[in-house]
Amino acid sequence: MVALSENVALAAAPRRARSAPSPIADRIFHLAAYASALLVLLVLAGILASIAYGGWPAFQTFGPGFITSSAWNVGREEYGAFVAIIGTLASAALALVIGVPISLGIAIYLTQLCPGWARRPVAMTIELLASVPSIIYGMWGLFIFAPLFARFVQVPVSNLVEGLPIVGTLLYAQVPSGVGVLTAGIILAIMIVPFVASITRDMLDQIPTVLRESAYGIGCTTWEVVRHVLIPQASVSIIGAIMLGLGRALGETMAVTFVIGNANRLSASIFDPGSTIASRIANEFNEADGMQLHALLALGCILFVVTFIVLIIARLLVRRVKVA
Amino acid sequence: MDARPNLAPASHGAAALAAPTWGRVRAGRRTADRALKILCALATLLGAVVLGSILLMLIVEGLRGFSLALFTEPTPGPGSEGGGIANAILGSLVMTTLGIVVATPVGVMAGTYLAEYGKTSKLADLIRFLNDILLSAPSILIGLFVYTVMVRTMGGYSGWAGGVALAIIATPVIVRTTEDMLRLVPGPLREAGAALGAPPSLVIRHVTWRAAQAGIVTGILLALARIAGETAPLLFTALNNNSWFSPNLMGGVANLPVMIYQFALSPYENWRQLAWAGALLITVAILALSITARVFLRGGKAR
Amino acid sequence: MSATATATAAPVVGSSKADETAPIRVAVKNLNFYYGSFQGLKNIDLNFHDRQVTALIGPSGCGKSTLLRTFNRIYSLYPEQRAEGEILLDGRNILDNSIDLNELRARVGMVFQKPTPFPMSIYDNIAFGIRLYERLPKAEVDARVEEALRKSALWDEVKDKLRQSGMGLSGGQQQRLCIARTVAQRPEVILFDEPTSALDPISTGRIEELIEQLRSEFTIAIVTHNMQQAARISQFTAFMYLGELIEFGPTNRLFMNPTKRQTQDYITGRFG
Repeated sequence: MVALSENVALAAAPRRARSAPSPIADRIFHLAAYASALLVLLVLAGILASIAYGGWPAFQTFGPGFITSSAWNVGREEYGAFVAIIGTLASAALALVIGVPISLGIAIYLTQLCPGWARRPVAMTIELLASVPSIIYGMWGLFIFAPLFARFVQVPVSNLVEGLPIVGTLLYAQVPSGVGVLTAGIILAIMIVPFVASITRDMLDQIPTVLRESAYGIGCTTWEVVRHVLIPQASVSIIGAIMLGLGRALGETMAVTFVIGNANRLSASIFDPGSTIASRIANEFNEADGMQLHALLALGCILFVVTFIVLIIARLLVRRVKVA
Repeated sequence: MDARPNLAPASHGAAALAAPTWGRVRAGRRTADRALKILCALATLLGAVVLGSILLMLIVEGLRGFSLALFTEPTPGPGSEGGGIANAILGSLVMTTLGIVVATPVGVMAGTYLAEYGKTSKLADLIRFLNDILLSAPSILIGLFVYTVMVRTMGGYSGWAGGVALAIIATPVIVRTTEDMLRLVPGPLREAGAALGAPPSLVIRHVTWRAAQAGIVTGILLALARIAGETAPLLFTALNNNSWFSPNLMGGVANLPVMIYQFALSPYENWRQLAWAGALLITVAILALSITARVFLRGGKAR
Repeated sequence: MSATATATAAPVVGSSKADETAPIRVAVKNLNFYYGSFQGLKNIDLNFHDRQVTALIGPSGCGKSTLLRTFNRIYSLYPEQRAEGEILLDGRNILDNSIDLNELRARVGMVFQKPTPFPMSIYDNIAFGIRLYERLPKAEVDARVEEALRKSALWDEVKDKLRQSGMGLSGGQQQRLCIARTVAQRPEVILFDEPTSALDPISTGRIEELIEQLRSEFTIAIVTHNMQQAARISQFTAFMYLGELIEFGPTNRLFMNPTKRQTQDYITGRFG
């Protein structure tokens, strides 16, 4: 500790050379730290305030109809958020349905099944998946995944279900281009997997070894240990991790913009193009003006409220376990 | 207690006891167990395959566009031939640097406040909580925020706005890791510093920070990796520009992510080529940063 | 005994006598155990008699827990750990590859250092283990749960809250719940790994009484760092040191009249 020896020198110096550290400098440092911390609070408040302010004219003009209307007509200056809200919720829900089992599988593999020597590299691979930029996922989704998805899933499934009730609507692609709400859900699933998996892995790792051993000790198979003991034990924080993934899926922009098709219509088929709040904003914001701009900011405001509620719940759940 | 008849103390005496037969594990249990193991391994394999496929795609498509011009020429206008991405590379470097230069002092100081001053006070708890939320907030909202407070008031897109947007994204990462790392510093070390008569700020700067140095640097590297690939917030703040940007950073400033976004979906073959090259470049840089950060902090934990 | 004498004298030995003629339930033959390249057990030969309590004692790191953990092969959860030699459970070598580990662990129950209730109700904590290996009608499971709780001296305390979480019980109750969970499976052998080290003296006393009662039905092996406890509850004692079995015999004899110098030093408190 270099610092310590400096201080020793300071303290041992002859009396006249002793310069007591200035209390003012100490005070300033404290204040600077305090101010920086407050800045975090301010920024968050600022985000909400600025977006709410910018979106206010849209809420004022369209009232509650802004949320329930599915109109989005720039020429007629009519705007409604319904299609984008449904697209956001649908793609995020699909992402959870697909992504959560995969995440749990990876977390279980890493903590229970993976041979010791492979743990580090495998964990690293999954974590690297989290650092790939969103836009790269978008390109991968559009140029690699979508063509394969169109050819091997959309076309055969559409042919199969054509004319059938319910599934014939839900799983029918009018234009099997590979892009659409389901594709967005799949790409989002891949994007949330590393987050949910690594938090779940940490939580499973925190479970005392002795609990796991005693579950094996009564003759459980690995499946039974995981299903009846480990997952229930970590359930609160796993739900928290899933909520964090949901927060991410709701607000994800670039990847979705690439693969969702950006159509403003409500389709019953998850193979059809749609749009989300974030993709709508990304697509139109730079050319928007007047009421369109207000409407886009109002969309942002809705996204803010929804994701922040989800994130608050997530953090409360993950936190509760950490303290216990 | 010991009223039972005496038996010969040989191991074959055990045979006299009625031991249940082996083979009581039901087949269904075994099948479920095997299914779990296979499915979990497949899930992990899927993750690895996706990463591999992304990297393969970037290498195959990206390397084709690699040339010296990539690093010397600015992005070409619509319909014009050739060109490079030098302006976008430089713009990204400038804005990322700007972001990290703003975020580092704020983040480290805020993290220091939480770990050393605020500790368990109500305010510190609130800030910690909000910081965690900001950490996972959609980056597009941060773009909208900076657009309203900087782009509109300053009269146009600018590299400054882009840098600030990136700083807002980087700060919570640094706050979180700084706090976590400072908390790992053992209390006696601080007490030793204080016992020498050093005021708190001196102890923090010379003892605590130094002890947590590796962790704090890791946090900064992770933040750097996080903002280097951000696209959405730059779309509304720095936008893009098909030429060299002005030195005062006003007006659109070219940057890799937005360039990739615009060029990848364009009808021009040379633009798409440049987008792929840029994508390869930025992904390799970010993965290298993440790996460095993790190697830097072997053993410790930061997220 | 005078105060000065008790300070160095061997602990008081419990009343029940060892039955050296009881059949052998578990026979350990030439057992070696490795943590990677470190050898944790060296050439252990040891017999566990039917319906007797055998205590494994010795200083920390002597291998007593390691030995206990070979009997249900719980060590197999860690790939770098391996055992060589033979452990015969009713004549069958459980170190054999053909042994079904899950079933082995249902036959050789284990109670751990810390109470480990599963994240489910008190009832399910016990019924879970039963249902794994037996398909019984509800009424029979109920009866088995009650029987196990009675045997573990927990029934009166929990009979009105069987549906509540097992995590809500006190430490001592949780440990008795874990014992009930093990007993309910009707194992042949029960292993106790320092079962009272996390408990207060009163709870410890109850667990010790319980072990004494369980002896009438089960063959028991217990690891303890507390020599008085070993003396109170066991009929046989094995003293281990540095991975080796130094001395084994009826508890009475081992404590009163140890034949090895190291045993004598340990039980009189000169080391460990």
